[in-house]
Amino acid sequence: MSALLIIDRLRVRFETRDVLRALSLEVARGELVALMGPSGAGKTTALRAVAALQPFDEGQIVVDGFALAPGTVPPESRLVVLRRRVGLVFQAHALFEHLTALANVTLALRHVLGKPRVEAETIATRLLSELDVGPRAGAWPRQLSGGEAQRVAIARALAPDPALLLMDEPTAALDPARRSALGATLRRLCEQGRGLLVSTHDAEFARAHADRVVSLSPS
Amino acid sequence: MVVALVLAVTLATQGTSHRALLWGGDAEGGAPFVEADPANPSRVRGFDVEVAERIARGLGGDRSAQFLQVQWSNIDQSVERGDFALGLSGVEDTPARRARHAVTLPYFEFREVLAVRPADAGRIHGLADLRGRRVATLGSTIAYDLLIQARDSTGVLPISYDDDVHPYGDLVTGRVDAVLLDHIIAQRALRRRGGFVILNQPVAIGHYVGVLARGNAMLRDSIDAVLREAMRDGSLEQIFRRWNVWDETQRTLFERVLRSSEAAKGVATATSVQAFAYVPSLARAAVVTLLVSVLSMALAVVVGLALASGRVYGSTVVRVATTIYIEIIRGTPLLLQLFVIYYGLAGVVRLPAFLAAVLALGLNYAAYEAEIYRGALEAVPRLQLEAARTLGLSELQILRLVRGPQALRYALAPMTNDFVALLKDSALVSVITVVELTKQTAIYATNVGSWVVPGALCAVVYLAMSLPLSRLARRLERRWKTP
Repeated sequence: MSALLIIDRLRVRFETRDVLRALSLEVARGELVALMGPSGAGKTTALRAVAALQPFDEGQIVVDGFALAPGTVPPESRLVVLRRRVGLVFQAHALFEHLTALANVTLALRHVLGKPRVEAETIATRLLSELDVGPRAGAWPRQLSGGEAQRVAIARALAPDPALLLMDEPTAALDPARRSALGATLRRLCEQGRGLLVSTHDAEFARAHADRVVSLSPS
Repeated sequence: MVVALVLAVTLATQGTSHRALLWGGDAEGGAPFVEADPANPSRVRGFDVEVAERIARGLGGDRSAQFLQVQWSNIDQSVERGDFALGLSGVEDTPARRARHAVTLPYFEFREVLAVRPADAGRIHGLADLRGRRVATLGSTIAYDLLIQARDSTGVLPISYDDDVHPYGDLVTGRVDAVLLDHIIAQRALRRRGGFVILNQPVAIGHYVGVLARGNAMLRDSIDAVLREAMRDGSLEQIFRRWNVWDETQRTLFERVLRSSEAAKGVATATSVQAFAYVPSLARAAVVTLLVSVLSMALAVVVGLALASGRVYGSTVVRVATTIYIEIIRGTPLLLQLFVIYYGLAGVVRLPAFLAAVLALGLNYAAYEAEIYRGALEAVPRLQLEAARTLGLSELQILRLVRGPQALRYALAPMTNDFVALLKDSALVSVITVVELTKQTAIYATNVGSWVVPGALCAVVYLAMSLPLSRLARRLERRWKTP
């Protein structure tokens, strides 16, 4: 299996403290890798660095042939390729509150991929249905439950069809039944050929659904 | 401590009022009427000061005249309120004033004269030659009423000023084409700055009088007796000669006054502008207020957005520059900014008054709008902006599609608030000759001698403009509100 994501000896410092020290991992297509560790171990930082939201100090990140180097985050104009390949689902979901669930998902389809409105809405509706939130397409973010908001956020991240999906603590706000439903959903995404890197401190979830587990020790 | 101080001052004032004739005038009007004494600025001097002293002496009981500073256009209201007994400061004799207050006999005759630029002196001989031209004067005067009448009959464009110095400056620089004012004021301006000529043929004749509260007719009669005495014994003539305002027309006036016990009638030309005649002016002024406010707000929004973008997205240099602009504008009075833009810049660029008003208000409010927009932009959660970046949206798209629409909702309520404030702040532009609603109301109030009806009308018009706006803002907020 070819590696979709390669993180090589990643080091991130916040002022004088190392948040991440020499993290190395790989994610292949169709593989679900769980990034485990206690709070403050740098799980979120690692995901943000891969999504080019966070500069890093040493090491290298390569996403499907696109390399990120240490130092400041490049301007968006140089990240177009990366943006197409990486999707990120935030722990807090970060849905656009002035847009309905459907419009949250169509935003990138229409304005980044340039799809016509009708086509964008067809794709978005299918994505929402696949994630069991089809009937909530017209709802505003504040009307959604935590689980619904998470699934809308996943649909939004999947809309541009990224090869790599990053998820930050997806099980944090879910009850056990929802957790296992989410696990099934993520497995389905892997079967579509995507690579998933999921940060979690939920060992049970990781054991049940991940192909591999990478553990971070507290720094 | 404070109470004791107030009591002491009150007692001191009352103590002197028994011996002194308390009179009110406006030292801002300047020489030769009333001006601060250059040798001792806490005292005043001028022919009206000496007339007041002569009256006080004549009233007996070794009284002295004690001066109280009052804004010229408020002399009538203040005297009726009892702030002082006698108002003197180039106060004009008008039928309206006679009808509402106790007025002394006329002690000085003035001519309303036109001043024009030397190049125009051959062409302009009177108001009839000024059709479509801008003619400046002091607001709330006979001259202003004459111009209002001339507007309807010959089509001149009256421009009202708050003082009698700037009209002549603006005549020389070409902002106005003529100035109509009392000959004393015109001659003083000619001596001080020159650059114009005074036409010989007066437009009208008027008289200066003292004004007292309506209920004070007894004191008025005593003052009339003193004035007659001063005309007879030559002391009034001496005063006028000392201040270089004596001419033969004063002798004729004195003779006429002394011949008839009845006071001279008002101005030769009819100045009985009826109260209802001001309603169309009030409507026009309301349109000016609305226009100034709407245009200023539009400018404030555009410049404010640019400033806020500079503060949020700009480089260090841009951020520092926009911050300096915002702090300077917010930290200095709007009134000062109006003066700087209208008069201060006159040497570089001579802006028309209306444009200067819109610029000053717009650029001032832009600083406040900028801070609202910056706050609103920064209130949009950072995570949403990052989510938009991970989707591949450009910074401009994020601003247009994610950050801007949400910031607009946060900004709407404070913006409405600012627009209502601007609507009322627009009253300040009257200092640079734009006659808007408040100024027109003040003129109206001076002429009818009461603030009750004009004040109420003015308030109703302001409310009629601001209330629908607040309602519109609330409706927009409701419509944009996500559940």
